[in-house]
Amino acid sequence: MKLKSLIRHETFLALMLVTALIVLAFQSDRFFTVSNLLNQGRLMTEVGLIAIAMTFVIATGGIDLSVGSILGLVAILTGVFWNNIGLPLPFAAIAAIFVGTMAGFGNGIIITRFGVPPLIATLATLALYRGLAEGISQARSVRGYPDWFYVLGQRDVLGVPTQLWILMAVAVIASVILAYTTWGRTVYAIGSNEVASRFSGLSVEKTKLALYTLSGFAASVAAVIFVSRVSTTRSDMGSGIELDAITAVVLGGTSIYGGRGTVLGTVIGLCLIQALKNGLSLAGVKGDGTIMLIGAVLILAILASNIFERSGTRN
Amino acid sequence: MTVNQASIGATPSRSGFLRRIAVEYGQELIVFSAIIALFIVVSIVNPRFISANNLTTIFAGNAYIAVAAIGMSMVIITGHIDVSVGALIGVLATISGSLAVAGYPIWFAWLAPVLVGMAINSFIGILVAYARIPSIVVTLGAMSILRGGLISVTGGDWITDLPSGFMIAQKRFFDIPAPLIFMVVLTVLAALWMRHTPFGRSLYAIGGNKEAALATGIPIARRTVMVFAIHGAFAGLATILFATQLQVIQSTVPPNLELTIITASVIGGVSILGGTGTVIGSTMAAILFATIGSALIFVNVSAYWLRAVIGLLILATVLADMWRRRAKS
Repeated sequence: MKLKSLIRHETFLALMLVTALIVLAFQSDRFFTVSNLLNQGRLMTEVGLIAIAMTFVIATGGIDLSVGSILGLVAILTGVFWNNIGLPLPFAAIAAIFVGTMAGFGNGIIITRFGVPPLIATLATLALYRGLAEGISQARSVRGYPDWFYVLGQRDVLGVPTQLWILMAVAVIASVILAYTTWGRTVYAIGSNEVASRFSGLSVEKTKLALYTLSGFAASVAAVIFVSRVSTTRSDMGSGIELDAITAVVLGGTSIYGGRGTVLGTVIGLCLIQALKNGLSLAGVKGDGTIMLIGAVLILAILASNIFERSGTRN
Repeated sequence: MTVNQASIGATPSRSGFLRRIAVEYGQELIVFSAIIALFIVVSIVNPRFISANNLTTIFAGNAYIAVAAIGMSMVIITGHIDVSVGALIGVLATISGSLAVAGYPIWFAWLAPVLVGMAINSFIGILVAYARIPSIVVTLGAMSILRGGLISVTGGDWITDLPSGFMIAQKRFFDIPAPLIFMVVLTVLAALWMRHTPFGRSLYAIGGNKEAALATGIPIARRTVMVFAIHGAFAGLATILFATQLQVIQSTVPPNLELTIITASVIGGVSILGGTGTVIGSTMAAILFATIGSALIFVNVSAYWLRAVIGLLILATVLADMWRRRAKS
């Protein structure tokens, strides 16, 4: 029964995506072209990486609001390590990613060791990590990166944007892990019933710690890609990206209460949001109108899925 | 997650008055002590910190956050959350300011945000209570709709030439700044209401244990809608203070306002799991944030470090709270 309703939501979402693509293709000649769609994939990558990690976190019944701040912190640190401290750029990026991953690990420790609810823990670190980014940067941006660095964010490999390869690889690996490994099942088990999972001998704390660390890592990698794409670092980078990611995850059918959700759903959710954003702006709708529509789509999608699910589970 | 506990308080106990206060208002006491400690330390470093002028700035300038946090606390105590309140306040401020500039009576420009706030949030409440969509999802969507709607209507233009009678946040009654009166009166009324009326108590019951609340005959769905409506009214009141602070209204959503308001509620002792907390705590937390912000300036810390310090303090408060709860159980 559960599987059935899952399939339902994703089918429904995929239909919505196809409808949106068809309608948008008729609105503008420039929408349904290979180069435009690939470019949208480029713009989708940072949110995408974060949203995939967030799918796991939300599937355990948790949430990570600090990802946008971790992104900002890692972006700033990449610039500072390279420009002010003088590390070679690859090492600077790796060091910054390491710090960002540790920031995620810190979230995990606060949540698992101290028992702070994830929403509060990451709300606090959202302020803390963004604050660190602002304090370290002192509102100065770092520019002028070497040319090879832009391969990551602005160039193509085999005709496809570099970062889109990364996103696709991560999506495939993550969906296999979540759907087919014991560890993935553990994630669902924790989200369905944490107490029962603990009594069943699952390592609840270790799994959660790993997930928040991974979430930090995903945000850190997204940060380096972001810097490479826009050629600069600023401390306000990625602010609000947590809400975009959560929207994609929830739209993708992951239950905010945990226990349910797939990476595929999240990816379809992401594509739908990006298609709407881009297609509508090409069709002449202003960005603000698009934001409104995404909000409405989010509510309607969950409403529709609730109605289907209830009619499906009644008997 | 830990099991919810509906600590509705007022447990008869033979221990002393102080002990009862310490048990029932533990988190509020921690926040209060933090404010006092901060005042003492910063005043030693820079005595001008406790000048009447600065105190006015601290309390009056941030009263709207405390007022909005009252409604937010009620929503969270009932077991829900609202991330759209920042966008809502932005929208309501624009409505209120536009009415005032367009020449409508001042009282109408003040009343409108309260009514519109109640209407919008009732709708959110209905989606939460009757359509059974989780509140974080509804309000996430509502945030996008309100934010997008605001910018597409105003185009980001500022509202200027506000009539002077409109600026209630700049007024003083008996030499006390109006926002301060608003904050104290609303907090006290809300605290009394939540503690001593059946409706107020039922919020704790709903947030603490839904099944039990249902079994005792509390109309959960209707109450949920009403809590959201009340929250909308407080957002409207907060808007009045926010919109009349400066001579202009920037028709944008104040960045991260919803997070500041949620954080004030949570730091003030409202459990994000629902069922516990008071609005006295949330108001004190709002004062604490304002005090920290001002204190940093007076001890010459770069403003860029402000958020990091606030984040650290939030974290410290949360950890202290967890430690206190464990020590109690």
